[in-house]
Amino acid sequence: MTYDIRRGVSLYSFQNDTFLGRMTLEDCIRTCAEMGAMGIEIVGEQTFWGWPEVGVADEKIEEWHGLMAKYGTVPVAHDFMLDYKRYKGQKMPFDEQVASVRKDIDFGARLGMKFIRSLVSLEPEVLVAAAPYAEEKGIKILLEVHAPLHFDHPWILRHAEAYDKAGTDALGFLPDMGVFLYRYPRVWKERFIRNGVPSDAADFIEQSFNDRRLAEYVVNDVIEKWGPGPQMGMVETLRHNGAFSPKRMLDFIPRIHNIHAKFYEMTEDCVEFSIPYDEVFEVLRKGGYKGYICSEYEGNRWVEDAQEVESLEQVRRQQHMFCNLLGETMPKALVA
Amino acid sequence: MFDHHIICEEGFRNVSDAGSVTGFEFQARLPYYRGLGLSMVEDLSVSVDGVEVPREDIRFSVRDRSWTLDELETCYDDRWNFGERATIFVKRAGGLAAGRHQLKLSERLRISYLPFVPTTTFETELDLAA
Repeated sequence: MTYDIRRGVSLYSFQNDTFLGRMTLEDCIRTCAEMGAMGIEIVGEQTFWGWPEVGVADEKIEEWHGLMAKYGTVPVAHDFMLDYKRYKGQKMPFDEQVASVRKDIDFGARLGMKFIRSLVSLEPEVLVAAAPYAEEKGIKILLEVHAPLHFDHPWILRHAEAYDKAGTDALGFLPDMGVFLYRYPRVWKERFIRNGVPSDAADFIEQSFNDRRLAEYVVNDVIEKWGPGPQMGMVETLRHNGAFSPKRMLDFIPRIHNIHAKFYEMTEDCVEFSIPYDEVFEVLRKGGYKGYICSEYEGNRWVEDAQEVESLEQVRRQQHMFCNLLGETMPKALVA
Repeated sequence: MFDHHIICEEGFRNVSDAGSVTGFEFQARLPYYRGLGLSMVEDLSVSVDGVEVPREDIRFSVRDRSWTLDELETCYDDRWNFGERATIFVKRAGGLAAGRHQLKLSERLRISYLPFVPTTTFETELDLAA
């Protein structure tokens, strides 16, 4: 089947650098362009101060489009949040949730995005109600399928059924590759040991995950052997992550329009320690996926207590791997 | 995330009003990869030299607007942005003595998609700016 897989970056990957003011928006965009990762995804309110409560001035939007033109990059997705717990003790009413999604559709359209990402906890009815407006604006709303959820989870199936029933193309999915966690991330284990988990407990939990044991059994074993303590935080990660198969994406490919290439650690030889990207790409080719796959570095929060976060090098290594998997000519910036 | 960055190293100082020292302030950031509407900042608690400050003595400000913690709960038209330095003012007649102090800050945030309300705490020693 014909496929068209394009490389992109979510600027989420550079959050440490932007948080501390070490990289500007232009630095981020230029870096992506140099790596040949021309698709740009953002968490709207991370990149644009003021969004959504205060709003964003037109000059900032013009600056964004200016950068896209200057570097030849393409706006891909605006990740929106929809804070339905805005009011203490009271969930945001349905109509207000829909109105909030419409605001983010408008914001995505101002930025030239084709897609806006919705969090997985939103109810399908809210998205279905917003879909006609999205269609009107040429935007698709993509539900992020993120661990601990996965493509066989009833919640995701309920979304898929609702989208089919609504008969709209404006709703779809954005899988996060963290769903396919084949091996316990080394950076997680090391962080938990620094947090005080005894190393034999950490070994046991890691091995249990790699052996695909049911989390409930492992939780019980850890309580019995080591008792309460920081090991409970580590074993809890087994309830929130799993080694699901990338093949599960195949049934959903017609509704998948963007992908979060989540990663925790790219090793020096440009391999993700836990997530099987070779298999992921095989599935995407087989399914005829057409769209971007955007780097989403999330090792940052696991290593920041012990070392400088090296976002750029980590993204470079992942893009290097993508280049190889796609058989593209390696841009100079991706060569070590 | 960013736990070690929620208290900024710069900006810890006594504050004067009409010639008398009314309290002290420091700069703080969110431990988060995005910003947050102010109504979702559930609580900020501050301890200095091991003693917790009364909640009603704390004022939060960003971009020249200022709120008590109770007022924050119903503020729907402003935000604490990603990486933005907010000023945390603590009312204390005479302020703090010159020199080094132990400063502790906890931020409790209501995050819509999380099935719990996380609190991030960081403690550090800072020199009061002259």
